[in-house]
Amino acid sequence: MNGLYRRRALGNGAAITFAAASTALGLGFLGWILWTTLSRGISAIGVPLFTRISAHGEDGGLANAIVGSGIINFMAILFAAPIGVMAGAWLAEYAAHSRLGALIRFMNDILLSAPSIVLGLFVYVVVVLPMTAWSNGAVSFSAFAGALALALIALPVIVRTTDEMLRLQPMTLREAALSLGVPQWKLTSQVLLRAAGSGILTGILLALARVAGETAPLLFTAFGNNYMAFGPLEKMASLPTIIYQYTNDPNPAMHAIAWAGALMITLFVLALGLLARWFLVRGHIRHD
Amino acid sequence: MTELAAALHTADTLAPRNHIEVRGLDFHYHGHHALKNITLDIPARQVTAIIGPSGCGKSTLLRVFNRIYAMHPGLRASGQVLLDGENILDPRYSLNRLRSKVGMVFQKPVPFPMTIFENVAWAIRHHERLGRSDLERRVEEALRSAALWDEVKDKLKGSALGLSGGQQQRLCIARCIALRPEVLLLDEPTSALDPIATGRIEQLIEELKSEFTIVIVTHNMQQAARISDRTAFMYLGELIEVDATEKIFTAPARKQTEDYITGRYG
Repeated sequence: MNGLYRRRALGNGAAITFAAASTALGLGFLGWILWTTLSRGISAIGVPLFTRISAHGEDGGLANAIVGSGIINFMAILFAAPIGVMAGAWLAEYAAHSRLGALIRFMNDILLSAPSIVLGLFVYVVVVLPMTAWSNGAVSFSAFAGALALALIALPVIVRTTDEMLRLQPMTLREAALSLGVPQWKLTSQVLLRAAGSGILTGILLALARVAGETAPLLFTAFGNNYMAFGPLEKMASLPTIIYQYTNDPNPAMHAIAWAGALMITLFVLALGLLARWFLVRGHIRHD
Repeated sequence: MTELAAALHTADTLAPRNHIEVRGLDFHYHGHHALKNITLDIPARQVTAIIGPSGCGKSTLLRVFNRIYAMHPGLRASGQVLLDGENILDPRYSLNRLRSKVGMVFQKPVPFPMTIFENVAWAIRHHERLGRSDLERRVEEALRSAALWDEVKDKLKGSALGLSGGQQQRLCIARCIALRPEVLLLDEPTSALDPIATGRIEQLIEELKSEFTIVIVTHNMQQAARISDRTAFMYLGELIEVDATEKIFTAPARKQTEDYITGRYG
């Protein structure tokens, strides 16, 4: 074998080894996290975890936090998804070449990396405090405020993916629709958003995964609640805030419950990731 | 209809009238002079082929005829393009109206992510208010004219993305003719298709010319020779020669045309 080939083979081998090691490292940590949460939380996993509320302490469960997380996350996506998809569509289809569009895209990227605690404080100041003042203290912290804080985190993710997924659509699709005399808004809403649908849905699921584990923004907004609450204007429990609360407790039984909660969030996020991938793959197959 | 258009319409029965008349058309984009002083007549209900090497401006010229270039910033056409005597480059000429009269089919088939039925019905609904049964009739009529009906009549509710490339391209043609346009612009409509699908499209063009004025851009000279009545040869943004197809391919007047069709460059 001549020297040139040998050097390439060596380089190739080194690159493959490096790539495989990186993959193993990443997967190793994921496995480690899953194993730790599972082994530490296992003693708390059982029917009471899903049926009893946290007011019972170490004999209780996380029912109120599971319901609360569900409600708050659902509301957050309900607020963020329509605005995010419309803003992304505007960026991709109407402001693709404008300076305003470039500016807004830049601001969105900043919001994308904004510390979540700042967004929580922001909602505390502009929503929680005024609501407390107006209602004379009848309403203060609320699921609504928590959902708003999470929506602010989800929004830039959805804007960004919608923008990018729409920009991936072929120019010929736009030309074909416009050449039929159809206006831009019909093209955007009825052809492009549909064509990019699976990608946009993926973005929404990833945004949900992003907010599902957020704790800091909820501390100042939804606050927490040891009892079951359903009303959007009530203080509401959520898995991340309960985990935070329980890990500060000296009682090891409480720690186990917190680990079980952490496992639930991890599995939920993992499931969302797989679902998002599935949508994306299915979308690709359909379009090819 | 303007007086001129009316007069042309009357003349239609005597000799083929000019459906599109290009007068001194220049086209610029980003400092590039892509079309230089083009003057060209497109007779009604005939197939006019535009040929020339890559980058000669043939697609650009076609894209002026329905002003689809206007969706991209920085593109500018000047001169006149008369459709039935009216200048379509006049900003007062409604794009909506222009594009319902002048349909376009692109190089790569681009079905919309909808059912086969919706692909055809979608644009009709935008331009006309039709009842369900009228709409269904229009869709069927368009699919029949595009020689696609028999292949899709049992799966109208199926996704258009499941059709073969050739079927998708005929669906795109159906989508255009469903609006009952006067002119069909075809931008290399068979370059992404296999020979059998190409043959079907060519046969379809032959059938459609009794109803529509057809302008086809093609890099395939045999195709131009097979299906067109007139051929225009373009080179470096200029219209070198336009004449009856037979004449262009047997006895071209200009040396550049001869060099191109005999394969000396291209």
